[in-house]
Amino acid sequence: MLAMNYRGPRRVRIDHKPMPTIKHPEDAIVRVTRSCICGSDLHLYNGNVPDTRVGMTFGHEFIGVVEEIGPEVHKVKVGDQVLVPFNIACGKCTFCQQGLYGNCHESNPQATAVGGIFGYSHTAGGYDGGQAEFVRVPYANFGPTVIPPEMDPDDAVLLTDVVPTGYQAAEMGGIQPGDTVVVFGAGPVGIMAARCAWLFGAGRVIVIDHVDYRLEFVRNYAPCEAYNFKEMDDPVLFIKKITDWLGADVCIDAVGAEAEGSALQTITGRKLLIQAGSATALHWAINSVKKGGIVSIVGVYGPTDNLVPIGNVVNKGITIRANQASVKRLLPRLIEHIQNGILNPKAMITHRVPLEEVAEAYNIFANKLDNCIKPVLIPSAKG
Amino acid sequence: METIETKPKDYSHILGWGIDADPKNDPTYPIKNRTDRDGVPVEQKGYTWERPSQQPVDIEVLHSNERPNVSAVFGTSVPPSGLSGHIRRFAFRFSESEYGHWLPLLIADRVNVVEGIIDDLKQSRVPNIFAEKGMKADWKYNRQGLLRQALIGVVVTATVFAFLSRKKRPHKA
Repeated sequence: MLAMNYRGPRRVRIDHKPMPTIKHPEDAIVRVTRSCICGSDLHLYNGNVPDTRVGMTFGHEFIGVVEEIGPEVHKVKVGDQVLVPFNIACGKCTFCQQGLYGNCHESNPQATAVGGIFGYSHTAGGYDGGQAEFVRVPYANFGPTVIPPEMDPDDAVLLTDVVPTGYQAAEMGGIQPGDTVVVFGAGPVGIMAARCAWLFGAGRVIVIDHVDYRLEFVRNYAPCEAYNFKEMDDPVLFIKKITDWLGADVCIDAVGAEAEGSALQTITGRKLLIQAGSATALHWAINSVKKGGIVSIVGVYGPTDNLVPIGNVVNKGITIRANQASVKRLLPRLIEHIQNGILNPKAMITHRVPLEEVAEAYNIFANKLDNCIKPVLIPSAKG
Repeated sequence: METIETKPKDYSHILGWGIDADPKNDPTYPIKNRTDRDGVPVEQKGYTWERPSQQPVDIEVLHSNERPNVSAVFGTSVPPSGLSGHIRRFAFRFSESEYGHWLPLLIADRVNVVEGIIDDLKQSRVPNIFAEKGMKADWKYNRQGLLRQALIGVVVTATVFAFLSRKKRPHKA
């Protein structure tokens, strides 16, 4: 089968790899019909996530058709069209029982801090991902969800990560009606977080980024205020000024390790790798939130340390809420929102690229070429 | 700087405004389910859940020393091998809290890149760096940037070459 093959920082290619096989009685093999490149894939692509091994296939956002099932699979059957949450969850461990499906303790031997994630290094379990024609899906009785027949596949593929992550970012903000919410990052997750902040009753939604075409998109899509931090001397001061000098009630970090805006953070976090990515957005979020406010983090960072103003967290009495999205928990509500026309995720898809051109797709997305917001890879073997 | 927009007061134009507002959404959610699940008290006793059956461990799986076992399922993407594999095995002697764990893994990743190139060459395959970097997209969407990069590369290479091949002046007696 054809699959994306990681060869080193900023080097990927398409290769023939062996077909995945059933390794566990609850496994399924899914023929991929669409997969996305996620902003967090760029951390892998840039070589920032430890234990990313050459030869691995990335991709944790994908949908497809069940081709084969293990002997103990009874919740899906061959031929079902399924969307597959990016987190691999057993549904049985103490964390899954609490609805923390992004923190399953039975899917990742390599690290206890994170559950298993498709195509996301050996630190996240060592699973090959969905940027391929076929993929092995563990715990097929729990994770894969049959796509409602009337749902657009482009909406379905974004339900595997982007939509739930953006929604949970807003949910973790504990937004109260009338709150001012600032979202750092106008990538797909930030765009969705801004849109979802309204669903929780936000009174004002502000997005900060430095890419004009994305700011223009989110300004219309969310809809919200959107500002370019490169046009301001100090984003934190700017936010204080436009929030009656007290700060936002809720700040959301929807950027993570690839943040721009601070030379110190960029050099130490993205070039020298002596911290776990550039924590600029998180730094700004902590300093922009009101005393007693909430900082919600869905931006992904590496497993080591980051330079953040923790003293200000204490002094301002900030609550920090963070997690990988619990996709399975949120799916019923989000499917409902899409079916009712409340959310329209597919509008974020700007590029549809054949799987064979995966290297070009990564370059376009990583370097924000051709006004790219969200690229989808489509295997030629799709049904 | 853009003009600061006026704070909206009427949200009727925003589809779905407030439909998921939940006054019970407090910072303990969903971890509060730790002791109380849908109103039913839950007792926590460590690894007491009914574990899924174990995926056969038929490849080398490095597991965190912060857990007593291999998780019930695991990925089989790229088992450790070669020099990078030795470094990874060393890294897993340390907990996830230690730099001794993560820094060797990052080093192993870089060593692994060289191993990947050697593997390619062993199979008579010269890695096409331009294709692997997706530079066709640069040519299509960022030609000016690509040409600028190429020009800088040529200038730097020429400067280094000129510096290395310069004739040394004889020392005065």
